[in-house]
Amino acid sequence: MATATFRIWRGERGQGKFQDYTAEVSAGMVVLDAVHQIQAEQAGDLAVRWNCKAGKCGSCSAEINGMPKLMCMTRLNTLPQDRPVTVEPMKAFPHLKDLVTDVSWNYEVKKRIPKFQPRQPDAPDGTWRIAQEDVERVQEFRKCIECYLCQDVCHVLRDHHMHQQFIGPRFLVYAAALEMHPLDVGDRVEDLRKQFGVGLCNITKCCTKVCPEGITITDNAIIPLKERVVDRFFDPLSKLFRTFSNSKR
Amino acid sequence: MAEYITHEHDVLIIGAGGAGLRAAVEASAAGVKVAVISKSLLGKAHTVMAEGGVAAAMGNVDDRDNWRVHFADTMRGGQYLNNWRMAELHAKEAPSRVRELEAWGALFDRTSDGRILQRNFGGHRYPRLAHVGDRTGLEMIRTLQDHGIHLGLDVFMEHTVVTLLKDDSRIAGAFGYDRERGRFHLFRAKAVVLATGGIGRAYKITSNSWEYTGDGHSLAYHAGAALMDMEFVQFHPTGMIWPPSVRGILVTEGVRGEGGVLRNRNGERFMFKDIPPLYTSQTADTEEEGWRYTQGDKNAKRPPELLTRDHVARCIRREVREGRGSPHGGVFLDIAWIKERIPNATEHIKKKLPSMYHQFKQLADIDITQEPMEVGPTTHYMMGGVKVDPDSQMSDVVGLFAAGECAAGLHGANRLGGNSLSDLLVFGKRAGEYAAAYAKENSLGAVNTDELESAEKWALQPFERKGSDNPYVVQHTLQDVMQELVGIVRQEQEMLQALDRIRELKAASERVSVEGNREYNAGWHTALDLHNLLTVSEIIARAALERKESRGAHFRDDFPAKDEKQGVFNIVARKGAGGEMQLTREAVPVMRQDLQQIIQEMK
Repeated sequence: MATATFRIWRGERGQGKFQDYTAEVSAGMVVLDAVHQIQAEQAGDLAVRWNCKAGKCGSCSAEINGMPKLMCMTRLNTLPQDRPVTVEPMKAFPHLKDLVTDVSWNYEVKKRIPKFQPRQPDAPDGTWRIAQEDVERVQEFRKCIECYLCQDVCHVLRDHHMHQQFIGPRFLVYAAALEMHPLDVGDRVEDLRKQFGVGLCNITKCCTKVCPEGITITDNAIIPLKERVVDRFFDPLSKLFRTFSNSKR
Repeated sequence: MAEYITHEHDVLIIGAGGAGLRAAVEASAAGVKVAVISKSLLGKAHTVMAEGGVAAAMGNVDDRDNWRVHFADTMRGGQYLNNWRMAELHAKEAPSRVRELEAWGALFDRTSDGRILQRNFGGHRYPRLAHVGDRTGLEMIRTLQDHGIHLGLDVFMEHTVVTLLKDDSRIAGAFGYDRERGRFHLFRAKAVVLATGGIGRAYKITSNSWEYTGDGHSLAYHAGAALMDMEFVQFHPTGMIWPPSVRGILVTEGVRGEGGVLRNRNGERFMFKDIPPLYTSQTADTEEEGWRYTQGDKNAKRPPELLTRDHVARCIRREVREGRGSPHGGVFLDIAWIKERIPNATEHIKKKLPSMYHQFKQLADIDITQEPMEVGPTTHYMMGGVKVDPDSQMSDVVGLFAAGECAAGLHGANRLGGNSLSDLLVFGKRAGEYAAAYAKENSLGAVNTDELESAEKWALQPFERKGSDNPYVVQHTLQDVMQELVGIVRQEQEMLQALDRIRELKAASERVSVEGNREYNAGWHTALDLHNLLTVSEIIARAALERKESRGAHFRDDFPAKDEKQGVFNIVARKGAGGEMQLTREAVPVMRQDLQQIIQEMK
C-alpha cells in the first residue's frame, strides 16, 4: 500500500516543532483520516478537534500545506504527492496543544452582538408569512458552520491582532444575517461602525476564498454592511439634512 | 486527596445538542441557575448532521395532517412498543416547538403563501417535515445556541462527565474533567438532565462522531436508573460506502423524499418486491404513482423507498447478500433520473439537496445530478435509553432527567425520520421545565468525597500503567465485534460470542495505558470512554438476546417473524445490588381508550 509523509505540528502553548509521520494511504482518503491513523498507531496523545467528518460541524480547522482548510474535506489526491503534507494549527488564535487552538474569543464576540429581534407576528396564531426569496437572501449566511477559517486567514486578526477592535468575517456574516433577516427589527449599524470595526476590513476577500461553505463573505455580507454604515454616517445629503433638522445622530 | 474545581448550579445539563440546549433554554426561563456541559465545542453536536427536517403536524402543505395522524404514524413506525403518552405529547406539542424556533430566528423554507414548508419523509403519511434545504439540524442547533447565549447559561465546553453523584437515592451532581488541561471538576446540582445523544461509536460503520459513546446511557445505568428498549439500534439505510474513508457518512432520506429511487445492479427497483403488511395500503402500486407522491400529488401513495428505515436497510442488505449489490457492496440511490421528468433537474437537485451535492462532489468525485450514488446501511440512532416518566422526563433516580436520543420511549422499536429533531425540542423543553421545578423545591444534595477520590483515581490509572493495551485498539476491536455480531441481522450464537468478546474487552480496558500528559490527550479520553462503550454494548447484546422475535430495528435470523406475544413488553435493564446486569420484561402501558381508537381509525 502507498504511504505518505505527514509533517504535523506537535507541542503545547505555542512551543513545539514539526514532526514527521508516515501513514498508509488508501483511495479517497482525507487528511483527517491520516491524522486519526497516526493518532491510533503512533501518537496516542496527538490533540486534534473533530466531530462530524463530513464538513458540517466545522471542528477540524487547520492549516494544510499553509492553507486554512477543514481536515475532513481535504482529500490527499488534491495535494502534491511528492512532498510531505504539513498540518498546523490555526494561527489567529492562542495555541493549546498540537493541532488545537483556543477559539473561545469567538464565543465571547458572538455574545456582544445584539440578538435577533422579530417584528410582531403577521397572523393571529403568532406566526409569520415570509416569501421564499426573502428566506434565501440570508440562508447563504446561515450555512456558516463556524469553523473560523475566515477568522484565521483575516490579516486584521492574524497579523495585526486587532481582536479587540474587529469582530472578524465570521461575525460580520452573523451580523449581516441578523440585519438582513426578514423578521428582524434590530439595528446594529452604529455598533458595526463603532464596536465591531467593519471599517477595518479592506476587502482583500481572503475570507471568501477559504470558506468551506462557499459563502460570498465579502461581497454579500461585508460590503452591504459597509454600505449601511456609509449611508447612515457619511452620506453628504443626509448629513446636510441632519444638520438642518438638528438631528443629534 | 482528590483535587478538583467545584461548581454549584440548580440544574446541570449534560450534553449540548438539540435536547440539551432546549432544556437549558427552558430551565433558564424558569429562573434557575443553569450549567451546560458540552463534550465538544458549543454548536458542534451531532444535531448539526440532521438533514431532512423536523416532524410536526402543522398541516401547512396538506391540511389533512394533524396530531392524530402523526401520533398513529409514530406508533406504527415503532411497532407499538412506544410509550403512548410520549407519542401523544410529541405529536401534540411539536408544532408549537417548531413555531417557537422561528420566533428565535430560525428560517425554514416556505410555502407559496409564506408559511413553513413541509416535506415528505419515510413513514409519515403527509408532508410533515419543516426543513431548511438539507441542513435543518444546523439551523436548529444554531438557533438554540444563539438564543441560549443571551440567557446567562454557564457553558462548560470540552468537558466530559465520568460519573454521576448521588445523595442516598437522589441525584447530587456529576464529576468530570476538562479536555484542555485534564483538571477534575465537581458539578453540584439539585437536578441533572442527561442529553448526551447516542451510542454510534460502539459500531464500526456509523454516522456518529467520536463523542457518541453512550455516556448518558452508561452514567444513568451505573447510577441506578433503568434503561429500556436497548435492543433497538437504528441502521440508517443510506450511508456513503465509497471511498472507504467516508463509509458511514449519512445520505439524507430527503434524497428519496425528493424522488430518489433505489436500484440494484440490474437496475431493478427492488423495494417494490417486499412491502410489509402494515404498510401495503399506504404504498404506491406503481413507479408512476410513487413519483407523483414525491411531487405532491395528494391522491398518490408513497413509493416503497419511503418505507421505514429498518425495512429499507434490511432490503438493501438482502440485495447485497444475494449478489445484486453495487460494485462496492451497497446499492444505487439515483436522484439524477428525475431529469427524465422535470426541466432544470440539475439546478433543482442542487437547490433541494445542496449539502448532499457537495458531500459527494468533494468526497467521492460523484456528481449526484448526473449519476447514481452508492449507499449502504450505517449505524445511526439508538431508540433505547433511560426509562423516563413520559410527562416530566424524570428517570428512576430522583432528580435525574433524560431527554432526546439518550432517553427511551417515544420511538419504540423504530424511529421515523424527522421524529428525532422534534423529540429533542418537545422533550428537551419538558425536561428543562420539570428539572427547574424540581430544583426550586429541593436543596443541593451532599457529596461523598470518598467517591470523588475513587473516581479520580480510576480516571488517572491509564497514566500509571506502562506498555499495556492500546485504548484505540480496544475501541476498534469492540466496534468490529458489535458490527459483525450484534448488527442489522442477529442470531443467538453470534450474540453469545459477542458477550464473551465484550467480557475480554472489559478486562483489556482495565489494562489500557496512555502516553503523554493530561492536557488535551485524545488517547486518555478514548481510554475513559471505553467504560461507557462497553457498558452499552453489553446491554445491547443482552437485550437483543432476550427479544426472541424480529420487530422494528431488531431482526433475528433465528426468529425472523414478529411474535405478537412479545409485542406486549419492553425489555428493561438495571444494575443489580451486586453490580450484575438484570434484564426484566415490563408490560407496555395500556393505551388510553381514545388513543386506541385513533390507531384503529388510521389503520
